[in-house]
Amino acid sequence: MSDSATNSAKTAGKSEYAVVLQDVKKSFDGKEFVLKGIDLKIPKGSLAAIIGFSGTGKSVMLKHMLGLYEPTSGHVTVLGTDLSTLDNNELTQFRCNYGVLFQSAALFDDMTVIENVKFPLEEHRRDFDPEKITRIAEQKLRMVGLDQMHNHKLPSQISGGMQKRTGLARALALDPEILIYDEPTTGLDPILTEMVDNLIVETHRARPGTTSIMVSHDLKAAFRIADFIVMLDAGKVLLSGTADDFYKSEIELVRRFVDKGMKH
Amino acid sequence: MSESTGIVQKISNQIDNVYDFFVGGFMNFVREVGTVGLFAIESTKLLFAKPSRFSEIIKHMEFIGNQSVGIITLTSVFTGLALSFQVYLGFKLVNAVNLVGPTVAFGIFRELGPVLTGLIVSARAGGAMAARLGTMRVNEQMDALDVMGVNTKQYLIAPRIFAAVVCMPMLTALFDFMAMVGSWFLCTKLVGIDHAVFMEKIRNAVEFRHIAEGLVKSAIFGFMFGVICTYKGFNTSGGAKGVGEATNRGVVMSMVSIIVIDYFLMNIIRIFYIVTGIAQ
Repeated sequence: MSDSATNSAKTAGKSEYAVVLQDVKKSFDGKEFVLKGIDLKIPKGSLAAIIGFSGTGKSVMLKHMLGLYEPTSGHVTVLGTDLSTLDNNELTQFRCNYGVLFQSAALFDDMTVIENVKFPLEEHRRDFDPEKITRIAEQKLRMVGLDQMHNHKLPSQISGGMQKRTGLARALALDPEILIYDEPTTGLDPILTEMVDNLIVETHRARPGTTSIMVSHDLKAAFRIADFIVMLDAGKVLLSGTADDFYKSEIELVRRFVDKGMKH
Repeated sequence: MSESTGIVQKISNQIDNVYDFFVGGFMNFVREVGTVGLFAIESTKLLFAKPSRFSEIIKHMEFIGNQSVGIITLTSVFTGLALSFQVYLGFKLVNAVNLVGPTVAFGIFRELGPVLTGLIVSARAGGAMAARLGTMRVNEQMDALDVMGVNTKQYLIAPRIFAAVVCMPMLTALFDFMAMVGSWFLCTKLVGIDHAVFMEKIRNAVEFRHIAEGLVKSAIFGFMFGVICTYKGFNTSGGAKGVGEATNRGVVMSMVSIIVIDYFLMNIIRIFYIVTGIAQ
């Protein structure tokens, strides 16, 4: 790890917040702004949910947190490090602090289940011997409840739920400080949705101190499992707080969103 | 008065449109070439960065090189047969059939070998590269690599370009050899040219530099289709439709570039020979 990334990891413990966004604005064409001044602080160790209608900028905001997008103006600070101060190599190394479960699981389709989980370890733990890497990968797969019999199957040979579990095991491989779930239950049936929700909670509880951030359309799940909720609307934070704050909110849009979301 | 003003306005608009078409099109072309050039430089530099991607290079060499051997062998033999027959028919008119061998050899070693190998391999392996990278892009696999702290250009692009550069001369050498086998078969077994004459004429006319010229060209073609196809795949957007478009554009651009650049390379090599005194 580079010096500055190492420094950021050192300062992480001192910061009360895992992610801080200060007046973050983003425009792709220089005219229209997708993010119109996001101010947000996600407490360290929390299980946060980012909710909002489609096209409100949730995914764009998430990509700013990951350093995949640079803000047009404003600052993104993760674990005490302002991402704009890192060069490309430092940013690449800094991303070892994240584990991400993508909507589609994004498994490498030419690698088996266990090879997918071993991949980040082989990339970043080059001092580990192959047996140790295999042991860790198997442990992560057990942790997410995936039977060992599937280890040598390709992603196309396992179910959607198993793919999500594999994706989560891969996200956990490097023991990241921040776990991000990008719409983890979109397109899944209710049983699988509940399974993934439970998996997120169990994973969060099993790793105290880890900050989990979930972007979701699923309001019920967000209210059920998250202890910090952020609602975006038209590129701005409409409300952030606990589920109770949302139930008590007088903001019309929040009320409508909560009512509709809880009915379905 | 107002009618003439309208006509002037229309003519002015037409001129604007024509200007935009040519100048705008040219500017877009220059911009695209610049972007691809920067992509090529950045990716090539990463080849020497740590960690080493040796196993990836071997994997892509196996795909680009090894898996192209069959198709190159088949096409080269028939190219040698067809070209030799046409040259034979022409030379028969001037009673110079003994020169079929060296004429075909020049054509194969310097032009057809590298160009046809470039076209075949860019269609087969270049298309597959663009499609594979495009699929990785739209399926979020590249985002996954990014957030895992893996440099996607170093892991996915640089090994593919390097493998294309290394494999192309080897495949061209195979093409050259098999095309000459085809030519030999036609000349000595079908149209009755003596084996010793066929071999002797080639030996007298062809020098190592003629073969090397084609091999150098083929390495440049490998670099070109490697860069173009990986660039198109890497910058894919728009789901399955986008992957199809990226693959199509990557292959078409590679093929056109190979044919166009071949002409300029031919001239550059000729000038090099004259300047260095190797040939007149």
